[in-house]
Amino acid sequence: MLEPRDALDLAQIIADAGANGAKLELRGGGTKADFGAPREAEVVSLAALSGVVDYDPAELVLTVRPGTPLAEVQALVAAEGQMLAFEPHGAPGATIGGTVAAAVAGSRRVTAGSARDHLLGFTAVSGRGESFVAGAKVVKNVTGYDLPKLMAGSWGRLGAMTELTLKVLPAPRCTVTLMAEGLTPVAAHALMAAALGSNADVSAAAHLARGITLLRVAGFAPSVDYRCNALPGLLAAHCRLSRLEETEAAALWREAMTGSALAGAVRWRVHLPPRKAPELVARFGNQWAMDWGGGQVWIASDDAGTAVREAAAALGGEAVLMQAPPDMRARVPAFQPRAPGVMALESRVRRAFDPMGVFATTRFREDAHADQLPA
Amino acid sequence: MSITMPVPDTATIAKRDHIIAAMRAIVPGEGVIVEADALRPWESDGLTAYRQPPMLVVLPETVEQVSAVLRWCHAEGVKVVPRGSGTSLSGGALPLADAVLLGMGKFKRILEVDYEDRVAVVQPGVTNLAITQAVEGRGFYYAPDPSSQIACSIGGNVAENSGGVHCLKYGLTTNNVLGVELVLMDGEIVRLGGRHLDSCGLDLLGVVVGSEGLLGVVTEVTVRILPKPETARAVLVGFPDAEQAGACVAQVIAEGIIPAGMEMMDRPAIHAAEAFVQVGYPLDVGALLIVEVDGPAAECDHLIGEIARIAGENGAVTSRVSTDEAERMAFWAGRKAAFPAVGRISPDYLCMDGTIPRRRLPEVLRRMEELSAHHGLGVANVFHAGDGNLHPLILYDANVPGELDAAEAFGSDILRLCVEVGGVLTGEHGVGIEKRDLMPVMFTEADLKQQQRVKCAFDPDLLLNPGKVFPTLRRCAELGRMHVHHGALPFPDLPRF
Repeated sequence: MLEPRDALDLAQIIADAGANGAKLELRGGGTKADFGAPREAEVVSLAALSGVVDYDPAELVLTVRPGTPLAEVQALVAAEGQMLAFEPHGAPGATIGGTVAAAVAGSRRVTAGSARDHLLGFTAVSGRGESFVAGAKVVKNVTGYDLPKLMAGSWGRLGAMTELTLKVLPAPRCTVTLMAEGLTPVAAHALMAAALGSNADVSAAAHLARGITLLRVAGFAPSVDYRCNALPGLLAAHCRLSRLEETEAAALWREAMTGSALAGAVRWRVHLPPRKAPELVARFGNQWAMDWGGGQVWIASDDAGTAVREAAAALGGEAVLMQAPPDMRARVPAFQPRAPGVMALESRVRRAFDPMGVFATTRFREDAHADQLPA
Repeated sequence: MSITMPVPDTATIAKRDHIIAAMRAIVPGEGVIVEADALRPWESDGLTAYRQPPMLVVLPETVEQVSAVLRWCHAEGVKVVPRGSGTSLSGGALPLADAVLLGMGKFKRILEVDYEDRVAVVQPGVTNLAITQAVEGRGFYYAPDPSSQIACSIGGNVAENSGGVHCLKYGLTTNNVLGVELVLMDGEIVRLGGRHLDSCGLDLLGVVVGSEGLLGVVTEVTVRILPKPETARAVLVGFPDAEQAGACVAQVIAEGIIPAGMEMMDRPAIHAAEAFVQVGYPLDVGALLIVEVDGPAAECDHLIGEIARIAGENGAVTSRVSTDEAERMAFWAGRKAAFPAVGRISPDYLCMDGTIPRRRLPEVLRRMEELSAHHGLGVANVFHAGDGNLHPLILYDANVPGELDAAEAFGSDILRLCVEVGGVLTGEHGVGIEKRDLMPVMFTEADLKQQQRVKCAFDPDLLLNPGKVFPTLRRCAELGRMHVHHGALPFPDLPRF
C-alpha cells in the first residue's frame, strides 16, 4: 500500500503510475473495499492527508483533507451546532473523502440532498498527475463547470481529492420521530407521500418490513411541537401516529438508511420512483427496508442472481450491488449498466480526467474497457 | 467594447443558403428565420451591451428535429448557439455571425405532474413561473425563483444553474433537477438522471446543469416540486451601516436560522428603490435588511422574534415586521424593483454578480467605494446577504464616450476583488461572455484545461456555443495530448480526440 504524506507526494505517485501503466486504487478508511469486483491494483491510502484546513461556522463552509475520519468531521461541526445535512454514515474508520467519493447519504437525503449537493469545491490530482481546483469555498457559485458534482460519487475514478470544501448547515435544535405501526408497504408509502407532500416540513420518511413507519420532524422547538401536533390530524386517514423515544428512533433510522439489520449475504440498494417501492418489495420477501419515502430500498437475500436488478429496471429504477461474495461481485457489475450512449459519454468524461486509465481498475465491470483487461 | 468574439468563419457564412435549405428540410414552415429584419430581435440576450445578429434562427418543435439539426451541423462543421428565453445577464445566448441560433421557445408543454412523487416533467421552453402556476392549485411550487422568472425558461435555468432570493434555503436549479433529456452535438439523445434520486455511474446530470449551453441541448427536464409553506413573514431592519447589517446576518445563521430569504441593500439602492415604488423604506439608514422566514405560523412567529432580537443586539435602528401578506409583498416590492429603480436614476447600469465570504463584506464595500471614485462612476449595491452573493449595479451612460469601457473596467475590478477575498466571479448569472476573460483570475491554466477536457468529452469539435465561458479556445487534440509510453498508448482501440 502506498501512503503519500501530502498532495505533492500523491501527485508523484499518480504521475509515476501513468508513466508505468500501473493501476491505482484510491482508499480512505478502506471500509468500502469489498464494494465492486475483486481487482488487482496498487492501493493508495489517503489516510495521511488528514485534518481541517478551514472552518468558519458563520460562513457555512468547511474545508477538510480527504483522510479526515468522518466521525471527526461530524463531531467538529456538531460542536458548533451544525451538521453535514446529507446525513452521511459509515463504518468506524470511514473518511470524509471516501464518504463523498461514494456519495453516501442518509435519511435526510430526500429533502436535503446528497453529497453532490453539499460538495462546494475541491482540489484534486487528476490521472495525469496534475493538481487542479474546481468549484469554490463559498456557498453560491456558478463559475465554470460544476465539477464537484462529478467528483461526488465518482469512486476515485477521476482523480484523488486532496481538499474538499463542504457546505455545512445548522443542526436542528430539536428532532422528533413519529411512528406508525402495522401498515402494509402500500399504505406506508401513501402515508410517507402524504407526509412529505404536506407543508408540515417532514424531513425524512422511512418504512421497515416489520410494519414500522417513521416520520422525522426537526427544527426549532415551537415549530416541532406545532407540527407534531398537527401531523396526526393531517394524516388521520392513514394511521395513528405516536412519538418515539430518541434512542430507539435513532436505531430504527439507522436500519432504514443502511439496511444494516437485514439478513443475507447479498445486499442491493435500489433507487427508484418512490411510488414503485411497494411493487418492488412485494417481490422480495421481508428482508428489505425503505428510506427516502420509498425512493431508496435495501434488499437482502442469499440469491446470487440479478432478479433485484431486473425488477428495479422494470420499475424505472436502478440497483447497486452493495454487498456480495467475491465470485458474485466478479460477475455482476456493482452499478446497473446505463444506456450505451450514456456509458460511452461517461467513459469519455473519465478519460478527460484520466487518459492513461490509472484509476481504471477492474472494480467497476461496466467500464467500457474493463473487459479488455485481464481478469 | 472590450470583449471580442471568435472571428467568424467566412467559409461557413459563404454556404449560408446551403445551411438554410438543410434546416428547412428538417424544420418546416416558420421555424427557420433568415430575413435580416426578422433576425434583429434575436441579436442579443439580457446582456444588451453586446449585439450580433445570428446567421439564422432555427426553432425546432420536437426532440427529433433538435437531434437532426445538431447532427447535420456537426457533420458540416457548423456552430450552434442554444437559446431559451434569452434573459441571460452574462451573454450566454449571444448569437455568432457564423452560427445557427437554436431557439427552444416552442418546447412549451408541461408533460406530467406527479404529486405523489413530487416531480414535474416539463419541456425546456416552459417558463420558471409556469411550473409553479401549474402545481400551485395542489399546494406545490417550484423553488428556484430567479428574478426573471416570469420570462426565463427552465431550459435556460438548467443551462445557467439559476438561483434566486430563496436559494439559501432551497438551493439552486441543480439541487432541484432530477433528470434531463439532452441532445449532444452529434445528434445523440441521452437521458441523464430520471424520476428517482442518485443514478448509477458518474453524475453527468450534475455537470450538465450550469454548463451554459456548451455540453448539449436540453429537450426535457424533470424537476422536484415542493409543498408550499403554510405561511411566510418578513422583517425589514435598518442599520447605520453595512458592517452592523453584516454582523446581524452572521449571527442569525450562527444561531441556527436559515431564513427563506435574506437581502441587503445599501444607501444608494434604498433611495433609488424608495423613490421608484414608495413602500416606506427608511431613508436615514446605511443598510437595509429584508429577512423572510417561511413555514408553519408557529415557526414564523418564533423566528421573527429571534431575528428581531438579534437585529437589536447588532445595532438596528428601525425594525418592521410584516403583519399581512400585502405588507410582506411591499417589503419585497422595493428590492425586486431595485434594478429598474436604478435604471431611473442612471441612463444605463451594469449588474455584477460576485460572491464573497460574508465576513469580508465591510472591507469589500469600502474598497468598492474607492474603486467608484477611481473610475468616476457611481455604484448601488443589492446583496443576497445570506449566501454572500453581491449584485453591485454600476451606473453609467452609454452615450458618453468611454463610459461603457469605464463601467466594464470597474466591474472587472470588483470581480477581481471578490476573488481576492476568497470569493468567485459569478454566483448565479453565469460566465457567458461577460466574465469569460476574467476566468484566469480565479482558475489556473491547469484548472481551465481540465474543464475544457470535459467539454471535449461532450463536443470534441467545439461547435456548441463557442466563445463562451473559456477565454482561450483550445483544440481538443491539444488538450488530450498525453505522454506515450514505450511507443504505445493505453487502450489503442479507443478513438482519441
